[in-house]
Amino acid sequence: MKFTFHTSALLACAALALPLVVSANPILDGYKAETKGTFSAAAGEKLYKTVGPNQLSCASCHTDSPKNAGKHAKTNKAIDPLAPSANAQRFTDAAKVEKWFKRNCNDALGRACTTQEKGDFMTYVLSVK
Amino acid sequence: MSLKNAVVASLIVLSCVSVWADGGPVTPLLPKMEQECANCHIAYRPNFLPKSSWQQVMRSLDKHYGADASLSEADTREITDWLNTVAQELGEAPPNNRITEAFWFTRKHGTKHIRPEVWRRASVKSPSNCQACHVDAAKGDFNEHNIRIPR
Repeated sequence: MKFTFHTSALLACAALALPLVVSANPILDGYKAETKGTFSAAAGEKLYKTVGPNQLSCASCHTDSPKNAGKHAKTNKAIDPLAPSANAQRFTDAAKVEKWFKRNCNDALGRACTTQEKGDFMTYVLSVK
Repeated sequence: MSLKNAVVASLIVLSCVSVWADGGPVTPLLPKMEQECANCHIAYRPNFLPKSSWQQVMRSLDKHYGADASLSEADTREITDWLNTVAQELGEAPPNNRITEAFWFTRKHGTKHIRPEVWRRASVKSPSNCQACHVDAAKGDFNEHNIRIPR
């Protein structure tokens, strides 16, 4: 009886832990493997709000929170939310993620982002619930 | 034929007719082009620029009217090749390869037709925002009977 209880408790713990394991993002893992360091959501949030030389920040189009639907600062085109908590499609396609980091870092910051910055940024956006 | 079937059949016929209403069918866009362009703005029609302008646009996507719109080499080539087959070398290339500076655009969108104040509305914002007024622009419909100027 006791053994059965322990087994089911273990199973319950595993079931609780499983989503945590599954929620790790392979693209973020790739950046982590590249930098061999740690990423910070706070640094990512700071980057998200940094206004660059073109008077643009990530927030200019994606709004104050990556959870919100945004709007292209120039063309008015609607932009789906960036946070996977609001839009499960985000950060699932590595080529797409790289394409947009290249474009948007250039537009908002006037330069390419480092892998550390991409990791911080993703850590922040993935943490927004 | 039941009445319901007859109604459905006539609706299908009518929807086909409407595609032809503005002087012929609309050339379907290359899906890749539509997908990539429409990330930021509607995919403009290939006949909006002469072929030489499109070639320059596709060669300078990293500096695309003030934004970096660069694509992978394969996607750039696929879209360029398609534009080369459908775009024509008609008329003068507009300044800076801008559709909104083409002679036909400025003639149709001048102060005679549209008050300057309209362009400044938040709902319009930019002359490149075709679908603000041409409600079915994304489907290639620029028929002047299908225009709704937003407030």
